[in-house]
Amino acid sequence: MTIHDHDHDHDHDHDHGHDHDHGHHHHDHDNELDPMAARVRALETILTRRGLVDPAAIDVIVDTYETKVGPRNGARVVAKAWSDPVFADWLRRDATAAIASLGYAGRQGEHMQAVFNTPDTHNMVVCTLCSCYPWSVLGLPPVWYKAPPYRSRAVIDPRGVLAEFGVELPADKAIRVWDSTAELRYLVVPERPAGTEGWNEEQLAALVTRDSMIGTGLAREPEAA
Amino acid sequence: MVVALHERGLFSWDEWAHTLSGEPKAPGVAADGSDYFHCWLRALERMLAAKGVAAAFEIDDLTQAWHRAARATPHGKPILLENDPEAVARRG
Repeated sequence: MTIHDHDHDHDHDHDHGHDHDHGHHHHDHDNELDPMAARVRALETILTRRGLVDPAAIDVIVDTYETKVGPRNGARVVAKAWSDPVFADWLRRDATAAIASLGYAGRQGEHMQAVFNTPDTHNMVVCTLCSCYPWSVLGLPPVWYKAPPYRSRAVIDPRGVLAEFGVELPADKAIRVWDSTAELRYLVVPERPAGTEGWNEEQLAALVTRDSMIGTGLAREPEAA
Repeated sequence: MVVALHERGLFSWDEWAHTLSGEPKAPGVAADGSDYFHCWLRALERMLAAKGVAAAFEIDDLTQAWHRAARATPHGKPILLENDPEAVARRG
């Protein structure tokens, strides 16, 4: 999926290598793919030949998730929930339908559940089994979300993990950790920051970060936005 | 790539999730997640083999062809599989 990135790595490695005098057949015109890059290219070649993938289609998908979806769909969902109590209530009861009403349907047909932060409770999402993530609202998952340290420690020591993200919560604030599955994905609705009375949804959405919807961050304060 | 295959109906998302989630439990997987992409790649290969789409030897052969093509490509030019000297020899 990130073939272009691998090309970058490769070019970098090459430039680096060719400043040095290697004792083997590595003259100026040599290119060398790293093993992973070559394997990904091999897979893409096979799948393209079989007519199973169109390289252009892959680029469109990656581009959609990286730049168009990103976490912005989710931010709009949260901003609407902050502004519209009826929508917030719907989101609480049936997040899948409420989110779909804005046009954001899950690619994998998964169900969504919205978990609302309150003055007493902070919510945080992890996928301990693999890397289930609400792509339709948050785009591509961050690397740390898929990494074993986050997946194991988010459950054992959520407060410690939050501290590493720079989030210090009051000691009396409870933390609930939600474990995603292939069937059920969670969206954290952060608390609406103070000082945003009268803001429209677009202004509010700008305060909603990706991490605040995973629960490893809070919504931005108005003055920081 | 996986998403595109899924959209073609080659496998269900559950199948993919199960195949992928089986990988990180394999021994020798780095604890820092640095080889998540390795797991991802192995999972995809296993699924393609299971579906009869691409056998391991085919992937191995093509990987070697890509390596040869890369070495035969002048620096600064795009690496194309057609640049593999052995493929050219076979065709010629």
